[in-house]
Amino acid sequence: MAQQNTTPNQAEPSAVGEYAIECRGVTKRFGTVVANDGVDLTVRYGEILALLGENGSGKTTLMNMLSGIYHPDSGSIRIAGKEAVINSPEDSMALGIGMIYQHFKLVDVFTAMDNIALGTPGRRLPARELRTKVEGICKGVGLTIDPAKRIYEMSVSEKQTVEILKVLYRGQKILILDEPTAVLTPQETDKLFAILRRMREQGCAVIIITHKLGEVLDISDRVTILRRGKYIDTVNTAETDEQQLTELMVGRPVSLEIDRPEQGELNSILKAVDLTIRKPDGAIAVDDVSFEVRTGEILGVAGIAGSGQKELCEAIAGLYPAEKGAVLYRKENLIGKNPREISRLGVHLGFVPEDRLGMGLVASMGMVGNMMLKTYDAPKGPFIDTAPAREQAEELVDKLSIVTPSVDTPVRLMSGGNVQKVLLGREIVSKPSVLITAYPVRGLDINSSYTVYDLLNEQKKDNVAVVYVGEDLDVLMELSDRIMVLCHGKITGIVDARTATKDQIARLMVGGKEEA
Amino acid sequence: MLRVIKTEEKTAKQMMIIRLAAFVLALAAGGLFILALGVNPLKVYGTILSGAFRSKMAVQATIKVMIPMLVAALGVTLAFKMKFWNIGGEGQIIMGAVFATYFALYHADWPFFILFPVMLIAGIVGGGLWALIPALCKVRFGTNETLFTLMLNYIALYLVAYLQEGPWRDPAANGFPKIPSFAASATLPKVLGVQMGWIVALVLTVIVFVYMRYTKHGYEISVVGQSQATAAYAGMNVSRIVLRTMFLSGAVAGICGMLQVSGSDKTLTTGVAGGIGFTAIIIAWLAQLNPFGSLVVAFLFAILEKGSSVVQSDFGLSTDCADVLQGIILFFVLGCEFFIRYRFVRDNARKAAAVKGGEG
Amino acid sequence: MLLKFIVAAIGASTPLLFGTVGETLSEKVGHLNLGVEGMMSIGACAGFMVGMMTDSFLWAILAAFGAGVLAALIYAVLTVTFMADQNVSGLTLTIFGVGLANFIGIFMLGHSPSGTLKLPDGITAQMRGVHIPGLSDLPVIGELLFSYSPFVYIGIVIAILCTVFMRKTKAGLNVQAIGHNPAAADAAGISVTRWKYTMILVGGGICGIGGAYCALIINGGVWISNNVGGLGWIAVALVIFAKWKPLYAIWGSFVFGALRVLKYYVPASVIQLPTALYDMLPFVITALILVVSSMRKKRDHNIPGSLGVNYFREER
Repeated sequence: MAQQNTTPNQAEPSAVGEYAIECRGVTKRFGTVVANDGVDLTVRYGEILALLGENGSGKTTLMNMLSGIYHPDSGSIRIAGKEAVINSPEDSMALGIGMIYQHFKLVDVFTAMDNIALGTPGRRLPARELRTKVEGICKGVGLTIDPAKRIYEMSVSEKQTVEILKVLYRGQKILILDEPTAVLTPQETDKLFAILRRMREQGCAVIIITHKLGEVLDISDRVTILRRGKYIDTVNTAETDEQQLTELMVGRPVSLEIDRPEQGELNSILKAVDLTIRKPDGAIAVDDVSFEVRTGEILGVAGIAGSGQKELCEAIAGLYPAEKGAVLYRKENLIGKNPREISRLGVHLGFVPEDRLGMGLVASMGMVGNMMLKTYDAPKGPFIDTAPAREQAEELVDKLSIVTPSVDTPVRLMSGGNVQKVLLGREIVSKPSVLITAYPVRGLDINSSYTVYDLLNEQKKDNVAVVYVGEDLDVLMELSDRIMVLCHGKITGIVDARTATKDQIARLMVGGKEEA
Repeated sequence: MLRVIKTEEKTAKQMMIIRLAAFVLALAAGGLFILALGVNPLKVYGTILSGAFRSKMAVQATIKVMIPMLVAALGVTLAFKMKFWNIGGEGQIIMGAVFATYFALYHADWPFFILFPVMLIAGIVGGGLWALIPALCKVRFGTNETLFTLMLNYIALYLVAYLQEGPWRDPAANGFPKIPSFAASATLPKVLGVQMGWIVALVLTVIVFVYMRYTKHGYEISVVGQSQATAAYAGMNVSRIVLRTMFLSGAVAGICGMLQVSGSDKTLTTGVAGGIGFTAIIIAWLAQLNPFGSLVVAFLFAILEKGSSVVQSDFGLSTDCADVLQGIILFFVLGCEFFIRYRFVRDNARKAAAVKGGEG
Repeated sequence: MLLKFIVAAIGASTPLLFGTVGETLSEKVGHLNLGVEGMMSIGACAGFMVGMMTDSFLWAILAAFGAGVLAALIYAVLTVTFMADQNVSGLTLTIFGVGLANFIGIFMLGHSPSGTLKLPDGITAQMRGVHIPGLSDLPVIGELLFSYSPFVYIGIVIAILCTVFMRKTKAGLNVQAIGHNPAAADAAGISVTRWKYTMILVGGGICGIGGAYCALIINGGVWISNNVGGLGWIAVALVIFAKWKPLYAIWGSFVFGALRVLKYYVPASVIQLPTALYDMLPFVITALILVVSSMRKKRDHNIPGSLGVNYFREER
């Protein structure tokens, strides 16, 4: 219907400066939790607004109300100056809102162009016609893509391009992006920002949700800040700085510094030698890597998502087969052994996997059932003994101030921070000599994140060898002692976190050599 | 339009009330159906109840009906707890019966106290192996167990048809294809007027309950059912657990088959399972995979089955009535689970939103 | 002999074709409906009873379709709206449907003065093999192509229509998007719920017609209990065999139709097998196909990605 508008018309003076979205007092509760409490948000045509807040501050909830997934309990939303009721994504789309989710909403087995045209009104266009049309839109904003390529063959950034094209194809003038840079390389981020700026010039309203302050300052015109579901403030980007934004976001003046205690006794405890891992589909996940893990320090692992971190961690923990190479613990090779065999060797390996409820814990069981996950088999005889697990669970609740109605409440009903405390707590209770943690603060608010950092530092002081796989470079640089950088499964460098620069690590992440 | 939102999870008491309400609604819906046939549903329900209990013999018959349903439901429970969709109960019952029948036919000279355990073990092995086939394919190749176990039902059924037409045909039956009746040494004696299978069933209920709740194996089944990745993370050998549990699931069904041929039918027919493998799934599901729950539900279903045979003679409504009512009950209970986790709300109307917006 | 065999096989394949196409539609939107046997039974019962009372083939077909739709509606409400477990819901539908059909059959028998239920002559004539003057009289071709009951042609037309719908129309593309990734379809503005209902209900109706074939044709126009006899289950398995393509379902069901009538056409001089083993054959082959197709390592892009998983918009 609005296909002639695919290149938004600049010569539409009334549209520029007018509010594209105007939210007033929007409130949304989930049971007793208030996810959004009287939130105001405005964005004009021809403007980029950054929506800033910590995990759990209500950013995504607000956006999901604009896209018709949730429904506000009260408050008003005006789109292009008119009162709007958004009951479904269909409604949202008809109002000209295009949403790009953090987890792309694409049909894997379809081609790019079928995805782009999916759900639009009108008849099904023959492939050739559709292709021409998509290529025309690409040219308009300077994007390149093969319209006939299927999504499952695409890289993350290509998929994001398809998502942007979906919005452009429908001629939507309001674009909302949820954490769009989380999965991109710095170079890809630059490219994305160039496109967003071009769309702004063409009169689109853009909202970008993020918690990365540098990007906020780089791309946005104004910043709206949420904290614990409450609207805090909206400031002009030109008149603010990182320090002020942080204070607004966290609610108190904070030094974002993470403690880094001195290294303990540095003994090599785990050694990967020429390790190569292949995924089931044949692609190389980890490519001939060798490195050392030492007691008394934290080894940070940096890299773009999907550079082999998951496979590497799981292979060490005995959950993923390796094609060649070895992981030596003192003299024993761990490769080819399952977790139980590894622990029978006397290797005390703690592992906090990325997928907490899908791998690290049994979602439907309470803390008691989860505490004995790795130890249930230790006592002799055919029966389980829940008493020690119950005791441990209760101790853990006290020690880490875990909030749960009882130690038998299914862990899936607990909040993300508490879930992570249960998981990390259990691994620490087992007194590991090596502790591997994959994205242990993902999705946690700042307080829970700091609890995790403190726990890891305590382990380091106890001369445990800690591996920390992270995504936030700032955290990696402040917490770790050494940082190992992965790119496409290869180690591109292992640097001293005390002396390395952010630029240096960012370059290594995309495969560049230090001098290149 | 209505839409669905999540609610706080209900308490155990609220859940019981919701399920009970579903049960009552199901009976009401079934009543409407009976009414549509021009029969008074209250009379039918009354007849079902009285039919199941009207005499000592009726009660004994009800218990006799309950035995295979309970045992088969226990078998299903083991597999379903692991989220292994074993709908091959029919086939496993049949194979248990076939294995047991072999000894009944060819070793009838053995005394009962030897023949009974041998037949029991044969039933266990027969049912267990029949369940192990799809489990092996699942573990090895990821074969869809739902359809595979189902095909094995029919294969087992036609195997019995083949046996009674050919190798095991009773020469004394004047050309009628049937398998000979068992000798006394191969039939179960009665205890309190009912074949002693009920003792086996009760013992099995306790064993399965303890096995699932208090043993390491039971814990492993729960973890594997929740997430295979978690099980692997905990160091469990997932394949071995799947194979072992499926063998046990089939073995319990096999015991059911053995009890049927030896205790009730006293021969092997193509009707030995007679849909019990499917009814067992309904029972296990209604019982929330709790063995004692299965005991209660199987008893209720036995009343339904036994009672409906009286309804057949009194009202001319066939015993299929029981299947229909069971189906309706499960439909309602399946539907009611929704209200434990979700509820409906009305879509925001334009006007309502505007008013609220004005207030805010 | 071979010609007779092929003709008989095509006849025997017809209920499978309906069942397979019907189930394919449901699976295309991600709903594995194990109730095919039940929906076919209910369709069989409705088709037979209405056919007997109205003496009209058209009414019989419409009744079977309508009954199939109603049966599928139970499943759709439970799994789409109430998000109940698909396996258990479908299975219950089968137990319920088979029980209901048998129950009504016996109820009607009890009210029949003759003690049997038999179709009148009018409808029997309408269902007999078509006779197109000229074409049907051609040697070989006439018998091979123009000699079947109207059911056969209806089935093939439905399969072709479904193929065109999936391949050529926008709605067909939308439906496939729902099956592969309902969240993506929802985000693209497609009414996931509406299309799920539509496809499940139409699929159920088509299964119902397949059931009518079982009741009206297979037993020579006499009602017997359990007249679908497991064909619904084979149809569920055939969907995999036909790679979720309605057109392939024609070939798939033909192969199984051939297996079902094989016992009448294998000359006794070649091989003599007990009937029970012939009856077992389609199920053995189906089981083998299940195993062999799961042994293929390559990812099958035809299988709807969300098959068996209910969709709830707020679940992220």
